Amino acid sequence: MYDFAYHRPKSLSEAVGLLKGKDEARPMSGGMTLIPTLKQRLARPSDVVDLGGVKELAGIKVEGNNVVIGGMTRHAEVATSADVKNAIPALAYLAGHIGDPQVRNRGTMGGSVANNDPAADYPAAVVALNATVTTNTGKHAADSFFKGLFETALGEGELITSISFPKAEKAAYIKFPNPASRYAMVGVFVAKTASGVRVAVTGAGPCVFRVKAMEDALSKNFSSAAIKDIKIPADGLNSDIHGSAEYRAHLVGVMARRAVDAANK
Amino acid sequence: MTAETGIGARVKRKEDQRFLTGTGRYVDDLPLARATYAYFLRSPHAHAKIKSIDVSAAKAMPGVVDIFTGKDIADAKVGGLICGWVVKDKHGEPHKAPPHPVMALDTVRYVGDTVAMIVANTHDEAKDAAEAIKVDYDVKPANVDLARALDKGAPEVHAAEAPGNLIYDWEIGVKADVDAAFAKAAHVTKIDIVNNRLIPNAMEPRAAAAEYDKGTGNYTLWSTSQNPHVLRLILSAFVLGIPEHKLRVIAPDVGGGFGSKIFCYNEETMVTWAASRVGRPIKWTAERSESFMTDAHGRDHVTHAELALDKDGKFLALKVETIANMGAYLSTFSTAVPTYLYATLLAGQYTTPVIYANVKAALTHTAPVDAYRGAGRPEATFVIESIVSKAAKELKMDTADLRRKNFIPKEAFPYQTPVALQYDSGNYPPIIDEAIKIADYKGFEGRRAEAKSRGKLRGIGFSSYIEACGLAPSQVIGQLGGGVGQWESAQLKFNPTGNVQILTGAHSHGQSHETTFAQLISDKLGVPFENIEVVHGDTATTPFGMGSYGSRSLAVGGSAIMKAADKIIAKGRRIAAHLMEADVADIEFENGTFKVKGTDKNVPLAQAVFAAYVPHNYPLHELEPGMDENAFYDPANFVYPAGTQICEVEIDPDTGVVEVVNHTAVDDFGNIINPMIVEGQVHGGIVQGVGQALLENAVYDKETGQLVSGSYMDYTMPRADDVPSFKLGYKVTPCPHNPLGVKGCGEAGAIAAPAAVMNAVHDALAPLGVTHVPMPATPLSVWQTIQGAQRKAAE
Repeated sequence: MYDFAYHRPKSLSEAVGLLKGKDEARPMSGGMTLIPTLKQRLARPSDVVDLGGVKELAGIKVEGNNVVIGGMTRHAEVATSADVKNAIPALAYLAGHIGDPQVRNRGTMGGSVANNDPAADYPAAVVALNATVTTNTGKHAADSFFKGLFETALGEGELITSISFPKAEKAAYIKFPNPASRYAMVGVFVAKTASGVRVAVTGAGPCVFRVKAMEDALSKNFSSAAIKDIKIPADGLNSDIHGSAEYRAHLVGVMARRAVDAANK
Repeated sequence: MTAETGIGARVKRKEDQRFLTGTGRYVDDLPLARATYAYFLRSPHAHAKIKSIDVSAAKAMPGVVDIFTGKDIADAKVGGLICGWVVKDKHGEPHKAPPHPVMALDTVRYVGDTVAMIVANTHDEAKDAAEAIKVDYDVKPANVDLARALDKGAPEVHAAEAPGNLIYDWEIGVKADVDAAFAKAAHVTKIDIVNNRLIPNAMEPRAAAAEYDKGTGNYTLWSTSQNPHVLRLILSAFVLGIPEHKLRVIAPDVGGGFGSKIFCYNEETMVTWAASRVGRPIKWTAERSESFMTDAHGRDHVTHAELALDKDGKFLALKVETIANMGAYLSTFSTAVPTYLYATLLAGQYTTPVIYANVKAALTHTAPVDAYRGAGRPEATFVIESIVSKAAKELKMDTADLRRKNFIPKEAFPYQTPVALQYDSGNYPPIIDEAIKIADYKGFEGRRAEAKSRGKLRGIGFSSYIEACGLAPSQVIGQLGGGVGQWESAQLKFNPTGNVQILTGAHSHGQSHETTFAQLISDKLGVPFENIEVVHGDTATTPFGMGSYGSRSLAVGGSAIMKAADKIIAKGRRIAAHLMEADVADIEFENGTFKVKGTDKNVPLAQAVFAAYVPHNYPLHELEPGMDENAFYDPANFVYPAGTQICEVEIDPDTGVVEVVNHTAVDDFGNIINPMIVEGQVHGGIVQGVGQALLENAVYDKETGQLVSGSYMDYTMPRADDVPSFKLGYKVTPCPHNPLGVKGCGEAGAIAAPAAVMNAVHDALAPLGVTHVPMPATPLSVWQTIQGAQRKAAE
């Protein structure tokens, strides 16, 4: 990797101060994407601001009807949290199936959501549960947060402090892992919350997206039979040696039906 | 005393203590004072002319010691890498031999081809400097599609030396006889298959470190080699011209090879050459992406085959046409793999009376292709076992019955095949019977029906393989164009205190020689296991040896050890006779002790050894002191392990995911020294075979020639959860021509498994009308196959 200045701030304001005014400064939470990128010399930041020492960013709490998870909370903590398991078991399940044990013990929810890798799992949960992303400068609704391939609504020096997930009446996440990397090739999060039924798909396209037709059908009848004839168009979906766009489109249907069945169990 | 550590005992691996506690010593671990670090600038293009290289800015970078380009190598008159096996084409002409410079001079021919070597004080400094080298490329069209590589107009890899990309057009068997048999056939089964290209992925990447001693003029190269003496021979005699006695090659602990570390590579050559130029030691360890790009790849065949059968299902003739990928340059043994290690195996376990095979070796703008676990034999087994299974389906015969009907009968051994090999021993029907029993073949239809009730498609597949290994009788190798002998050496060096070192020319890079070889001597000489040390991998300490590949270590290397042990016993008998004042003819050796026949007088081996080193009471007038014996063993024939694997899969028709739910392997490896180690070899081999069948695929972009599957993000290595617990069994017909009666077990799993898995996949999808599934049967490929079958059914 190239040389960079390393910082380990102790507070959010210190972290933001370190990031501001430097074009090439990069925040690092778990580093599960950034470190390999650095090692492959694919990124050349001037400064890396390690958020690992910012205690106020970690932790899980229940606030009324919501589970609020700090940006620096590790996947393993989400997967094993009694609060999450109790309120939104599908979210705990999702976290428990990210990467491998090493990744789950380093990687963080905020890092994953801010990075917005098209094959990341969390974006599907954020969108399907209609979560709210809170940052040091304000709040983002799920639908307006994910902008495109590795793109989010986060501005310069803006860090995710927490994400608030409404409790779900029913929810499940099922993914089809890429055979090689085991990232989500297609991951579908289905949720029935106070704000209605949502179906969010990750891995299949350049960015997480919702499937309106399925949401409408499931709103009327929350069963896999209700969506079995809904075809997903392949246009715009990802295509690579592991899956053509047509295959991914097909898998969205299969994973969605399995997710609905799992949510109904 | 030795029953727990002798032949047949499940002795735990000696070497695991250090491997599992992180105290192994690999090339990269070497502490070399004043070491420099090499980094190789590699071609980002599959095919390009190098218009210019400017290293001036890079040379001025911090920490840079020196930079070498193809021109420096050419100016220094460094030889090119060699292909050590001359295959003669069907007209008797030697294969085309395009040059293989250690560094590209004016043309790069695959993504990863070496363009410059940067030597710096640290690895990072070398890498920084590499980015400052300016190379002006004129990018040319690339030829990476094997099926089209020999077509007119395909971009040529070495236009002058190998026009039309053809390395050889080779054949075996009499075509007219085969054609005549086909004319009389009641049924002909045809297949078109691709044997997918694989990337070896040893856990330890290739590494080299070299040091030049100015005082003595001696070079030392530490390399991740499977055969340090062979590497030294090639470097000395053909490439660098450093005399053999001035070059020491050490292959210390090596973390897996699977064939990919047999060959002589650019980087170790360059590191050795540059060590004297730089005047400091140089270290290089491949990054994982370099391993993907530049380790010699495996397999990569496109094949059409036809099997002629009579009305009862007896095989009449087999006809095979194969295009084999050589990559951009001929690697060390590349030419032999798709000929003598492939086509000569096409009889399989069957009495097929006439066989004709035509193999065309083609150049492409891809990494060199060479031997990889099984080398040619997995490809042959995949052809035979795919076509036999397809024939059974077409004839509506039971797949096991069709095999049985055509097996070479026990009485026919030694059996001369129509494709040159003479099988020494074997008895195939009991193997398949045992496999059928273990796999509960009879109960399969019940399991298929049960799976169907869960929405799964279940299938079963057989693969009855034969292989020729224990490489090899030297004179046969010589007749076939191989450039080396294939014997093995051993030295048994006793110390005065009675413990012993086994010095072997074989090399262990995962095979457990330190355990297995010690068992041989513990058993044969009665020496306590803990008093035996196996020494290997250093040309300065071990006798000249040929290394390990082709499942040869035990059959050839172990036999050499037994021969050396016989010499120890012979000498010990004379010493014991002297000590006991008896006639040599009356001395017996049993359980580590020399006895006078019919008396209770005895001399333990350790006492004879001590007498040999402290020869105060010793027949010096007729016997040399010391107890140190050498042996070389050249096998009379290959060894022929054989077996049957039965695989059961379940396919999820909604996703195309194939799950291996049962896998049985019954093998005849001859006598078994350590069953636990053999199980490990079979397990690992099967996993590699399942990997080839379902997961692994080296993919080059057909337009750009970029390696798409260049990391673990895209190259699917098998993981533990991809396979079930295997069920293993053994049948033993001892090898009749080596002293241990052993056959090789290192490659069998990988040879048989791909066909077993793919036949199971075909069986599972047959109810949908599917007759061909390409390998690897990835979820995408299976789903597309199912879609195609459904479209066809709807038409």
